[in-house]
Amino acid sequence: MKKLAVALALSLLSPLSLPSMALANDNVVEAELNIYSARKEVLIKPLLDKFSEQYNVKINLVTGKADALLARAKSEGQFSPVDIIITTDVGRLARAKSQSLTQPMTAMLPEFVTLKDQDNHWVALTTRNRPILINPLTVDSNTITSYEDLIKPIFKGRVCIRSSSNIYNQSLVAAMIIQKGEEQALAWSKGLVENFARRPKGGDRDQIKALVSGVCDVAVANTYYLAAMRNADEASQAIANQVKVIWPNQSDRGVHLNISGIAIAKHAKNIHAANLLIETMLQKEAQYWYANTNYEYPVDPSIEWSGTLKAMGTFKHESIDLNQVGELNAQALRIMDKAGWR
Amino acid sequence: MAVIINKWRELDRWFVVGAGLSVILALPVLAILFSYSHLSAELWRHLYDTTLSEYLTNSVLLTLGVGLGSMFLGVALAWCVTQYTFWGRGFFEWALLLPLAMPAYIIAYTYTGMFDQFGWFDSRTLLGAIVLMSLVLYPYVYILAKTAFSSQQHTYQDAAASLGVTHARYFFKVALPIARPAVFTGMALAMMEALADYGTVAYFGISTFTTGIFRTWFGMGEMQLASQLAGALAVFVLLVLGLEKYSRRNMRFYQTQIPHQDMRVNTYTNTQSKPFLSPLLMSVFCLVVLAVAFIIPVFQLCIWAWEFAEVSVIDEYLSLVSNSFLLAFSTSVLIVALALLLSYAQRFSTHSQVSGLTQFAALGYAIPGTVLAIGVLQPLGWLDEQINVLWAFVFDEYIGLVFSGTFVALMFAYCVRFLSVALHNTQNGLERIKPNVDDAVLTLGLGRLRIFSRIHLPLLKKSILAAGILVFVDVLKELPATLILRPFNFNTLAVKAFEYATDERLLAAALPSVTIVLVGIIPVILLTRAMK
Repeated sequence: MKKLAVALALSLLSPLSLPSMALANDNVVEAELNIYSARKEVLIKPLLDKFSEQYNVKINLVTGKADALLARAKSEGQFSPVDIIITTDVGRLARAKSQSLTQPMTAMLPEFVTLKDQDNHWVALTTRNRPILINPLTVDSNTITSYEDLIKPIFKGRVCIRSSSNIYNQSLVAAMIIQKGEEQALAWSKGLVENFARRPKGGDRDQIKALVSGVCDVAVANTYYLAAMRNADEASQAIANQVKVIWPNQSDRGVHLNISGIAIAKHAKNIHAANLLIETMLQKEAQYWYANTNYEYPVDPSIEWSGTLKAMGTFKHESIDLNQVGELNAQALRIMDKAGWR
Repeated sequence: MAVIINKWRELDRWFVVGAGLSVILALPVLAILFSYSHLSAELWRHLYDTTLSEYLTNSVLLTLGVGLGSMFLGVALAWCVTQYTFWGRGFFEWALLLPLAMPAYIIAYTYTGMFDQFGWFDSRTLLGAIVLMSLVLYPYVYILAKTAFSSQQHTYQDAAASLGVTHARYFFKVALPIARPAVFTGMALAMMEALADYGTVAYFGISTFTTGIFRTWFGMGEMQLASQLAGALAVFVLLVLGLEKYSRRNMRFYQTQIPHQDMRVNTYTNTQSKPFLSPLLMSVFCLVVLAVAFIIPVFQLCIWAWEFAEVSVIDEYLSLVSNSFLLAFSTSVLIVALALLLSYAQRFSTHSQVSGLTQFAALGYAIPGTVLAIGVLQPLGWLDEQINVLWAFVFDEYIGLVFSGTFVALMFAYCVRFLSVALHNTQNGLERIKPNVDDAVLTLGLGRLRIFSRIHLPLLKKSILAAGILVFVDVLKELPATLILRPFNFNTLAVKAFEYATDERLLAAALPSVTIVLVGIIPVILLTRAMK
């Protein structure tokens, strides 16, 4: 019985006894790397394949919904094979950290990296913005310059936005709580619901289509979807080209910003390879790929944007503590519940 | 020693088998119900004040609507193809099962995409969801009702006809009441699937219990509360199923002879009197249902897939197809075997509790796949930990995860989720065989294995095949549990279709979607042929 207790104690300690050595040396990386990714396979596999080839590391990948993958890592506990967690929003990274599913990374981060956890538990790979989109035929772009303008009476029955179950809307409201306070965020949400053209439905692309088909005149959506539509089939292009991007709040706090990011799992066994992958993802080649194949904004400012991104224009974005955005996610949802935003 | 052997002989082994399997299969549902150990009054208060009533209303309307819709379609179509001769009957008889291969969220995406091109019609309403789901879920009723109608005895018809009862009246007074257990079973399956659906309602922006579960989990990070909601859902389903069973507690539905081989000899349709529906109308009805539920969306998907397909991905597709097929096939064999074992345990065991236990074990069908997957992970994670501790104690090293993240976890989840589908079919089949058949064979000194192979198997063949097809297609379509539980580097067609669809790339999703449908068709065709 005593031995069993010792074994149990040892089993609890074992992850701590793993060498958490500094920096990955190219020659000593492990042969395998296990990844849980909330980013879709097509949006990550090409980069991983390249990494695999370059460093002779076998990549094992499972994709899925972020929270489900976190729940899997949690129930697998200390024996979990996962080394790297990739997500498409900051809320999940903050949640992973607060559930003790991550550990500080030791990778050498480039100087331009500012969007990261203060304890180095996660780092942003790309940024995503959520501006206002209008149909320029029906809306004068001077009448709308901020998120606050969305609740003006002139836009009653003219606003399209997707469900509040969507994470991007949740972080939009969470960011508003930080910058304007809970009361104002609730008032804004209520005002927005008042101005809805229809019950929220569909994805971001559906809101863009609704703008053009005349269901509404103003919408909120991520640029990522608009850019993808502008590079898709002819029908999508025709729709997306009729829409104009309004970068809101340029004279004050800036457009809402979210990130896609990466973290090392708490019980990672292949720490060197994991740190190496993070370094690789922040290198020019990977950053260029994101900006040009995937229409996200690279975190490396020296990367030239693709034509599609340039055409949408430059902008000022929010500068707030992203961990806090993640922490306020639940509160944001409650506010949207109260406002009747379904 | 002799005492032990005697005890073993006296022991009701069927009870042990039934209870044992049920308990193992019930573990994930129990894990979900265990979430009630921590109740947060404040969170429930928030839900009650804001969204709960909307979740309930929409879920009840959706579930009832899909139940009625699929009952109407399933019963009407099954009645037509089993009772009448009309143009295309032989074709429709099996083709009407095809919509089963179409996942609800895919038909939803397809029609929305089609109507989007015109821009004047919005299918994304509660009514739209009910209609679309009924169109792909009616085969559950159809397949069971068809078996029930075609095995009803002709003597009833002869008797009714000789008393001057019209065919329409015969349907409502005799045929339908006798088929009631089968029809209700089909409806229950369709309703549970509608209740647990996430993809369609989330896309349509309809707040149901299921979207609420994910909202509380993903949005608020409250997994406990989400599990509690899912647990409430399961208990509700258990109550409804129990009520139905209770309401027919004094009824038994047996089949006393093997039905007449030639179904075309029909007392009613052979008489000179006019049928109450014209044959042409029946052909049109079948064709319209098949076209709307299957031909049109598949055609549209093929067009999109053709426009978008790249030859370079063909290798990847072949591996996706074989992954999906092998997984669905092996799982359906396993689940049908489990369902048979449990059905027999219920029949042979002297303990009446077995029935309740199996009912409980089959609850997984009503629980959203993602929540169920977490319910599967918890006991398996615990088991893995114990194994590792033990292993380390003996061999001084860890072996890592044995169950979590492997095919064992995935197949276990499928068993929990789809047992209900198979069980309803096998139970239904067995219930129609009179127990005195068993007694007769047993008095002749033959074993229970013989009863099964010589007597039951031929009588059960249709039910077993139906169970097999339904589970196969269900596994092929299954998404949420597969997504969470699958091993590294393992993808299925459903996963692929989902990844494109949630990235709002409907055109790219068309190829894997249409492949799911095509792979699903093969066993439907083969097995319906074998069933004849």
